[in-house]
Parts: sequence; structure tokens; C-alpha cells
Amino acid sequence: MNAWSALALSLKVAGCATLIDLVLGVAVGFLLARRRFPGRELLDTLLTLPMVMPPTVLGYYLLVLIGRHGPIGAWLQNTFGINLIFTWQGAVIAAAIVIFPLVFKPARAAFEGVDGQLEQAARVLGVSEMALFFRVTMPLAWRGILAGVLLGFARALGEFGATLMVAGSIPGRTQTLSIAVYEAVQAGQDDTANLMVLLTSFVCIAVLLTAGRLAPGRLAGRREA
Amino acid sequence: MLLDLDIRTTLRAGKQSFQLDVRLQTDSRRIVLLGPSGAGKSLTLKAIAGLLRPDAGHIRVDGHVLFDAAHGIDLAPQKRALAYVFQDYALFPHLTVRQNIAFPLVRGWFNPRRRHQDRQIDYWCEAFQLGQVADQYPHELSGGQKQRTALARALVTQPRALLLDEPFAALDPALRARMRSELKDLQQRLQVPMVLITHDPEDAAVFGDHVLDLRDGRIATGAGVRAA
Repeated sequence: MNAWSALALSLKVAGCATLIDLVLGVAVGFLLARRRFPGRELLDTLLTLPMVMPPTVLGYYLLVLIGRHGPIGAWLQNTFGINLIFTWQGAVIAAAIVIFPLVFKPARAAFEGVDGQLEQAARVLGVSEMALFFRVTMPLAWRGILAGVLLGFARALGEFGATLMVAGSIPGRTQTLSIAVYEAVQAGQDDTANLMVLLTSFVCIAVLLTAGRLAPGRLAGRREA
Repeated sequence: MLLDLDIRTTLRAGKQSFQLDVRLQTDSRRIVLLGPSGAGKSLTLKAIAGLLRPDAGHIRVDGHVLFDAAHGIDLAPQKRALAYVFQDYALFPHLTVRQNIAFPLVRGWFNPRRRHQDRQIDYWCEAFQLGQVADQYPHELSGGQKQRTALARALVTQPRALLLDEPFAALDPALRARMRSELKDLQQRLQVPMVLITHDPEDAAVFGDHVLDLRDGRIATGAGVRAA
């Protein structure tokens, strides 16, 4: 069994999903933290659902939406000739949805933790809204955002249920590490399973250690000292 | 007229509402709005800076119309060419003293570099005795140094007027007395108009040229006394 190609695929899927969620999560987190609009908390709740729903249920929803006969799937097929089911790109979408709460929630908290008075000070000093986002807000929020992003990446590496529903388990194409472990155990290939389990554990521990170093609490502690 | 204010606005928080109705015209360059907390001092200052939009009225500083409800004029805070010193100074915690002072001078999406060189920055660091701490971060500064950094950052923009929100409240009594007279000297040297809000009559007595009593959102009648 090719554990290494499964690992490579897992890293590719988790990496793409995390990048997508980095952009969307920062945007949504900022919106929820800074704008007052009706349905704000409802939106937060809806986007948090993937954290509590069984991944298989999410996968089923996705199948219904982006499957060949689903509203989005049919449109993609007819307009661009794109089919996402049983592809690694489909796995990316599944993972991106599963880990979205892990990314946008810390981003929202990080933006809410930035003192609004600092942004007002920057405005009076003549700095434009866009510039003050990059010069004041982001430098003060990025550690919190990055901690969430790394947690999301670690979770994406282990994604199983939704990915299996949407992308299936095609060796070398959509069989990620966590799915390959399942297949290996089912097939009685314990040596392969052992290697892949150790590999997964090692990568996840490394990512979590990095995330822990970046947690805002640690930073605050260092500042006080 | 240097400062011509007519600010009317109603703020609601839950069932409570607060009416702000401040009208004043003055040519004084050291204006003090004196009043207890909750009188609407900060709201008035925020309205002048453009951080709060009044319902009606106008705001003119040195002949420039910053806000005029009747004509639909409401300049963004960025366009008002004012400077604001916040009560707890609002120094950027991720930037050094030098970077904080250089902050308004640099345009674009990036902050000034730690080694940013600029004769204006050197000038203000020297004028405010900040040379020794220029490369330190705000949390490493004393109260007086923080205040001087905030003043330098405000003045480097050469503002039309300097707005000061309780600038001495965070200082201990000895330092407070010193900073009062330092600020007065500074105003007399630079001739920049200053609008200062405070709850402390002592601040008004030492610093104020034109002192106005603000109570419950209004300038108290019979006030507006000019010191000799």
C-alpha cells in the first residue's frame, strides 16, 4: 500500500481546504465581529453546525447539493462541464465545510479582541479603512486567526465521513490517509495500518504544538512578563 | 470663528435616551469643556472628530465645514485634518514609539519600519524627550512617556486643531500638574488650537482660556466665561 501517496493527498486536500477557509473565515469572522445586521447570530449558528453534525450527514447534504442532479452540481455540469463527485476537489469542499467553524470562530473572537479605539485613532490620523485593516486590525488579530487555521488544518487531515460520502475511496485519487487506514484495517493489512496511524499521529501532534505556541493566551502572558 | 459648533443628537441605549445639544462659538485657542462624567463631553469631542454623526447642526473649524446636516456634508474622520489624544492614549501596541509617531506620515498598506528615518520624527522625539525610548513598545513606557508619544503622534500631522480627551486623568497628581503646564506652554509655542475635555476644575483653571460648563448634554447658561 502506498501510505506516502495517501499522506500527500491528505496534505493537499487539507492544505487547499485550509487556504479557502483562511480567506472566507477571516472575511466572515470580521463581518460577524464588526457589522451589526439582522440575523447575525443566526448566521453564526448556521456556520457552526458542521462542528456538531455527524460528518456523514454533512456529506449527504453535500451530495444532494453538488451531485449530478443537485442544484449546484447540475449548474456546474451544464455551465463548465465540472463534476465534483468522486474527485479530490470534492474532498476539498467537504473538508472546507467541516473545518469552517474551527477557522471563523477564532477569527471572530480575535477581531472582537482588537480595541476599537485603536481603529478610531487610526481613522483620525488619516489612514483609510483598508489600510487600517492591514496596519492595525490584522497585526493585532493574526495570532488568534492563525491558531484557528492550524487547528482547522489538523482537523482536515483527519476528515473521514463527509469526504468518504462525497469523494469516495479511490486509491491514489481520493483515498486520503484517514480513509486508507480504514481500508487497510478492513483488508487485514495491519502493518500498513500501523505505519499510517503513526504517520497521522505525528503530523497532527506537530500541527497542534505549533497552534499552541501561537495561542493568544500565551502571547498575553509573555507581554505581562 | 475658530470653532463653531452646533451639535444636536439623541442617543438611545435600551429604554434610556440622552439628548446632546451643544452650541458654542469661540475664537479662543485653549478651549476647555468642563463637566461631570455623563455630561456629553466625550460625545461632543467624538462628533468634532467625525467618530459620531450628529442628527442635526454643523461643525466648523477655522472656517472649514466638517459637518453640516442641512447641506448633507459629513467629512470622514480621515478628511478632517484634526488630531485626537484619547484618554488612555490609544497607542498602537504592536509598534514602537518611533513607529507610532511615524504612523500618520506613511501612506499605503504597510506600517513604517522600525528603523524608519524622518527628520520630523527625530524633531518630535527630541522635543518630547522620547529619544531614549524611541525603540520601545508602549507597554514599556511610563504614563508621562505614553502621553508625550500620543501628543507627538497627533502633532506630527500638523492638525487644524488638537482634541484632548481627559489627557491628565491617567497620571498621578505630581505628574498631572507638570503635564498641565507643559501642555499650556506647548499650545502657546505652536499656536495650534486645542479643545480639551475634563471633569477636573483644576485642569480648566490652569489650562483653559475659554472654559465652558457642560451639564446634561448642554452648555450651562451663564457659562462661557473667559479667563483674564
